[in-house]
Parts: sequence; C-alpha cells; structure tokens
Amino acid sequence: MSGEVAGEVRVVVAVVLQTVVVVVAAPFLVGVLRQVRARWEGRVGQGLLQPWRDLVKLARKEPLQASGSTVVAWVAPVVVLGSGLLLAALVPTVTTAGPARLPADLFVVVSVLLVGTVALGLLGLDAGSAFGGMGSSRHLTIAALVEPTVLLAVYALSVPVGSTALGPIVEGRLADPGRVVAPAGVLAVVALAIAVVAETARIPVDNPSTHLELTMVHEAMVLESSGRDLAAVELGSWLRLSVLLALVANLVVPWGVATAGDGGPGLPALALGVVAVVVKTAASGVVLATAEVFMAKLRLFRVPELLTGSFVLAFLAVTGSYVIG
Amino acid sequence: MSLRGWLSLARRTGRIAEPAVPRGADSAGAARADAGILAGSVQVRHVDAGSCNGCEIEVAAAFGPVHDGERYGARLVASPRHADVVLVTGVVTRNMAEPLRRTVDATPRPRLVVAMGDCARDCGVFAGGYGVVGAVKDVVDVDLEIPGCPPRPEAVVEALRTVTRR
Repeated sequence: MSGEVAGEVRVVVAVVLQTVVVVVAAPFLVGVLRQVRARWEGRVGQGLLQPWRDLVKLARKEPLQASGSTVVAWVAPVVVLGSGLLLAALVPTVTTAGPARLPADLFVVVSVLLVGTVALGLLGLDAGSAFGGMGSSRHLTIAALVEPTVLLAVYALSVPVGSTALGPIVEGRLADPGRVVAPAGVLAVVALAIAVVAETARIPVDNPSTHLELTMVHEAMVLESSGRDLAAVELGSWLRLSVLLALVANLVVPWGVATAGDGGPGLPALALGVVAVVVKTAASGVVLATAEVFMAKLRLFRVPELLTGSFVLAFLAVTGSYVIG
Repeated sequence: MSLRGWLSLARRTGRIAEPAVPRGADSAGAARADAGILAGSVQVRHVDAGSCNGCEIEVAAAFGPVHDGERYGARLVASPRHADVVLVTGVVTRNMAEPLRRTVDATPRPRLVVAMGDCARDCGVFAGGYGVVGAVKDVVDVDLEIPGCPPRPEAVVEALRTVTRR
C-alpha cells in the first residue's frame, strides 16, 4: 500500500515538474522562433529572453478595458491561460506518466484545447470591434476544421496501442520504434503536424508577426487586451504552441521521454526527460521557423483546402492502421 | 526564385545589421520614475497625425534589417492597448486631433508619447496651415522629442533606447 502511495506521489511530482518546465520554457521557445526568423532575414534579433521581458512588463502594467466590454474581457484570458496550463500537465512532454485519477485521453485533451479556443473567440467578440469579430469568425472556422483532424490523427496512433491516452501512445512508440516509420503512423503524424500549425496560428494559416488587420486571425482577437490580460493570453497561446510542438516531437522522436515504469519515474529519468524535451522542441522550433521564412501565408479561402488535405491524411491513417497495422 | 536560390541568397547576405553602438546618456523625458518598468521591453504604436510620409520611411528603416531596433527590445505593435510608447509623426491635423487623444487614452500606463520629426515638434513647414491644429504637444503631453526633417533612423533607435535602457 505504501509503495503505491509513494508511486502516486512520484507521478504527481513528475507532472508538476513537467508543467513548470513547460511554463518556464514556452517563452524561450517563442524567442527561438523569432531569433531564427531574424537571423534568416539578416537581422541581429531580439534575443531569447525578450518574450519573458515582455511578459513581466505586461504583467506590471495597468490593464485597460474598452468601454462596453463585459466580464468576458477578464475571464477569457484566465481561461486561455488555464487551458494552456492544463494541457502542459496532461500532454506527455517530459514524462508519459500521469495520475491514474486524471483522465488524459484523446477526448479530454481535445476538449481542453477547444475550451481555450472558444474563450479566445469570445474575447475577440467581447469589445465589439470589427477586427476582433472578424478574427473570432476566422479562428472558429479554422478550429472547426482542425479539431476533427486532431481527433482522427491521434485515434489512428492509438489503434496499435489499444489506448487513446497520449502517454501510452508515446510509450508504445518508444517500445516498438518500428511504429515511428510505419506508413499509418507517418500519415497520422503529418496530419497532426499540419493541424498543430493551424491550431497555433503559424504560417501558412496565420502570420504571428503581422500588423495588417485585414489578414489577422489570432492577433485580431487580442487587439483590445492590455496589461496582465494580454500577458495571460500570450502565455496561454505560447503554452499551447510549446505543448503541441513537443507532442509532435515526442511522437517523431520518442527517445528520452521519462516513462511511467514501476512506481513512477525516478529523478535521473526525469532529468533526462527535461533535457530531451528541451532539445527536441528547440530543434522542431528551428525547423518550423525556417519553414515559415520560406513560405507565404495562404489566402484565407485556401486554408480549408490545406486543412481538408490534412483531414484526408488522418482518415487514410485510420484506415491504414486497421488494414496494415 | 527556387528554394536553393533563397538559401544561397540568405547565406551570401549573412548579417547586414549595423554594429551595435554604445548607448548615449539618458534624456530627461524618459528618465521619469514610472517609466522604469519599461526597461528592456518597449512596444511602440506609431500614429501618423498628418505626416508627409518622410518620417514613416525612417520608422520603417529603424526597424528594418540594417538598424534593427528590435535588438534593443523595442517592437512595433498593431494596437495602442499593447503599446508602451506612442510614436507620433507629422503635424496634428484637424481630423487626427481627436483620434490622437483617444489613441493616447487607450494606451495603458505607464506610457510615453514621443514626437518624431520637426512637424511633430513645432509644425515645421506646415505651421499656420488651415488644416493644422498644432504640434503634438498642443494636443497631448509629450515626453520625448526627436528632431530632424526627417530624423535619421539612428536617431529614432537612439531615442527608443533611452526608454529601453539597453
């Protein structure tokens, strides 16, 4: 009995550590993305610490709200940040272990994603500005096309494991590396990667550094937020980006992640897990930023074509995983 | 251009930013006590109150690859709610006087207003024009001025560095 309790405690420690690591590292990942982009453009760049400096400064500023805005204006940022934190705890980044009572299966993770998405959409509508409403409408259109792809892609990955929880899926790929290069697995990961790019508002679906209100999606919804509200929304979106990028990295290169094992992961495994996930996510960030430099944003009316394509890949992956395993 | 063409262009170009120069002395305007939390990170909202677009070209140059204002922690943003500094260019025309006041009001405190260019400081060549309300300081409180017609990008970066203190 005491062994079980000790195991439970170690799992909780592992999950808390994972959340802290993701929160500390998420702004650095954004710094890496901006820095890589700056270097490709011949600029010096603002340095990896800049997103953290921005966050600290925003949190210390007086938050202003537009006249006519409602309770949504300060609740939505908290919900966005909360969904980001919950994702950081649930999705296997540092460790695949999770508390037994906390369901971390596919549907829970997608629902948590969707709660943040809807909160952000409501935030855009709240102030009643034209650009915010346009941003929300686009954001939810994209979300409606992306969520089924995420569900299907992760479902395809779950077929060989027999569980829709993300932890066992990553562990299964670690135990049987053949699955990483299996055709159905490759299709599912590619579909998931496209969905992640759309979900986190990166090029070619959205441009995170645009100043052009007519093409904005994510940026348009946060135009009216300021001070600590803006800090919460920014950190929440960065957490979502980091977690999803780390998940894709862990699916492609599962080695290094701390497995649940007997009685929870030990300290050496956790330390290795932290180093591994930081290296993997930074590397995938460099790849993502480099791809963005050489790509233009898609016209909004072409985005559904891209997302439908990723849905088809996910569908083929599901079919393939039943037919050829 | 092919991908290989882009890659070789990026390699040949390398880093084209000017070498960083040491920061000059702090000016009185930016040394206000409440601006201390802006050290290291300053978001700039640019407002054209009636400019001839000469200053706009210099603002673009100040944040372009050569002068790279971003390396000192300054960044242009799309909304006054995200901003710490309102960078005003041009004389204040009748149609822009109220929008300028509202933009400054929409900027959360602590905030600074920077008047850029001779027109924004004292109306320049447009002084006495029938559509001109006045200089920026006649409409909103100004904390920092950048002289020049138009000011050089170095002067813009230098002024923002007195706020970011980097």
